[in-house]
Amino acid sequence: MTAAAARRRPLAVVAEFPSAATLYQAAEQVRDKGYRFWDVHSPFPIHGMDKAMGLGKSPLGYIIFWGGFAGFLTAVLLEYIPSSFLYPLIVHGKPVGFFTVPAFVPIMFELTILFSAFTAFFGVFVMNRLPRLHHPIFDYEPFKRVTNDAFFVVIESVDPRFSETTTREFLEGIGGRDVTVLYAND
Amino acid sequence: MADPVSSTIAFESPVPRPSLVLNNRSMAWISDRIAGIVENRAPLLWWIGISITGSFAAFGVFCILYLLFTGVGVWGNNVPVGWAWDITNFVFWIGIGHAGTLISAILFLCRQKWRTAINRSSEAMTLFAVICAGIFPAIHLGRIWMVWFLAPIPVPNWIWPNFRSPLLWDVFAVSTYFTVSVLFWFLGLVPDLATMRDRARSKAGKFCYGLLALGWRGGNRQWRHYHMAYLILAGLSTPLVLSVHSTVSFDFATSLIPGWHTTIFPPYFVAGAIFGGFAMVLTLMLPARSLYKLHDVVTWNHIDVMCKIILLTGSIVGYAYTMELFVAFYGANPFERFAFINRYFGPYWLASWSMLTCNVLMPQLFWVRAFRRNLITVYFVCMCVNAGMWFERFVIIVISLHRDFLPSSWRMYYPTWVDVFTFIGSLGIFITLFLLFIRFLPMVAMSEVKSVLPEADPHYHPPPTSGTEPIEELRV
Repeated sequence: MTAAAARRRPLAVVAEFPSAATLYQAAEQVRDKGYRFWDVHSPFPIHGMDKAMGLGKSPLGYIIFWGGFAGFLTAVLLEYIPSSFLYPLIVHGKPVGFFTVPAFVPIMFELTILFSAFTAFFGVFVMNRLPRLHHPIFDYEPFKRVTNDAFFVVIESVDPRFSETTTREFLEGIGGRDVTVLYAND
Repeated sequence: MADPVSSTIAFESPVPRPSLVLNNRSMAWISDRIAGIVENRAPLLWWIGISITGSFAAFGVFCILYLLFTGVGVWGNNVPVGWAWDITNFVFWIGIGHAGTLISAILFLCRQKWRTAINRSSEAMTLFAVICAGIFPAIHLGRIWMVWFLAPIPVPNWIWPNFRSPLLWDVFAVSTYFTVSVLFWFLGLVPDLATMRDRARSKAGKFCYGLLALGWRGGNRQWRHYHMAYLILAGLSTPLVLSVHSTVSFDFATSLIPGWHTTIFPPYFVAGAIFGGFAMVLTLMLPARSLYKLHDVVTWNHIDVMCKIILLTGSIVGYAYTMELFVAFYGANPFERFAFINRYFGPYWLASWSMLTCNVLMPQLFWVRAFRRNLITVYFVCMCVNAGMWFERFVIIVISLHRDFLPSSWRMYYPTWVDVFTFIGSLGIFITLFLLFIRFLPMVAMSEVKSVLPEADPHYHPPPTSGTEPIEELRV
């Protein structure tokens, strides 16, 4: 029994908060305490929470810009190479190639949007390390309510300031309910 | 970014805004009510509805197969009316698709929070409308096995498509629109699929929703990127939605046919698309709202603002009709002038006057508040708009084509039964897909509706009934 207890490696401490407002205040306090490997979980994005957690703006926008640029380049090459070299098609006696740029613009526009949208869609999942089939936090039964109406703060054990006792007391001190230590199942 | 405290105070409205969810419903109530639609047994009306629309859809598929096996001669199309109901239906459906993206993208950027109640179902409606739209250009080719000629893949013969042709722009615009709409819709669905996953009791439900939710945990580190992606997708979809119907209108506007060759087409088509799309959103949402008792989520205020958008866009469409007429008479082109006399007083006058009545006259009822808040008038006007927008495309396409420059080539067009039932079949496919959607996926964006509840505001304090809190307490 003692051997088994000693083997139980803590993964995280979970605390539930009753509302978005209390979660917001808790996040500010966890941030000020200097924790780094932690997150707040809520059924919807909470306005201003990035600031309360001390997170900057998501860098996704810059990545999407390059996705869109790739789409634009693809369209330029896709239209320019066939229309100028591979299959120069004279329509209405107009010159071939890129001398008639405006007529090539709609497809450039559409492919820019298409590639940006793909980058945005896949970017959000890559940045979030998703999809994944399982996560240890799903073993904590009350966490199922996070997609309904519950709010949680989770501090992970990989955080240098993590300690099974003080982190737990700290979360209880800032108003967390049902503060629970999650252990790895091994 | 503004300081959250001061911005909350700055946005404090002097007049209290009507709440978006009535009766102070809780977050759990929203999850229960909306997920319950999927979890509980389907009501009898759903079964009746899907058996009717499913039968129409099946007969529509039969008509399409009959066309493919026999040839386009089974339609009434002829020379010079080479485009008739097929392209009318295509433009009709693609136009309906526009409301979904307008609601999900443009209203999101404008911070119109009421969109949360209807955005999911109208985005789904968009997808199904674009699916119906995609059928018609493909089957009107006659030889559907040649449809890949539209794509820039020169595999067997080194023939490339003409990238300067509006028809090819259309292929790119519509396929991009469909793809981006699917991505946007699915991204919005992920948090709600996680709700479905966490509520699921059956093994199949746990597996399917678990797989589709992609392991979503609702952490703010996830929401941060999610929200940014959603914002950027909305920003990308806004010009996209305006471009798609503009491109569709280029199919006509870049040709020389009188009645088509006008520069007013792109904005006129876009306004008409939003107009027809909102009417279709109401056509689908009003029965769904009654059937599933969503009155606290889709309130009369929602219906009221949608009616106002219909009134606005309908008036823009009315302005466009008037301006087309004015330019036809002010311009010195006798063919253009004839096209418009023929439009309103020629053999198809009934279609043109139906279009004017349904699209311009009927929505004017919505100036009166009582008509915007009466189910019967709202539904009646929406049905008029649905019919009117179909007539508009028929008027533009068939009436312009059937009498062009040379009287020797004039010819009337009459639809055959295959034309009629293919169109009815596409209506069947559309409504069947929508009914399946509300059966298996949450039809209202639960996480987004929760985010517009008053208690979702991080600076919200419950009304001071339990005790008096000093105002300084707001500062967190």
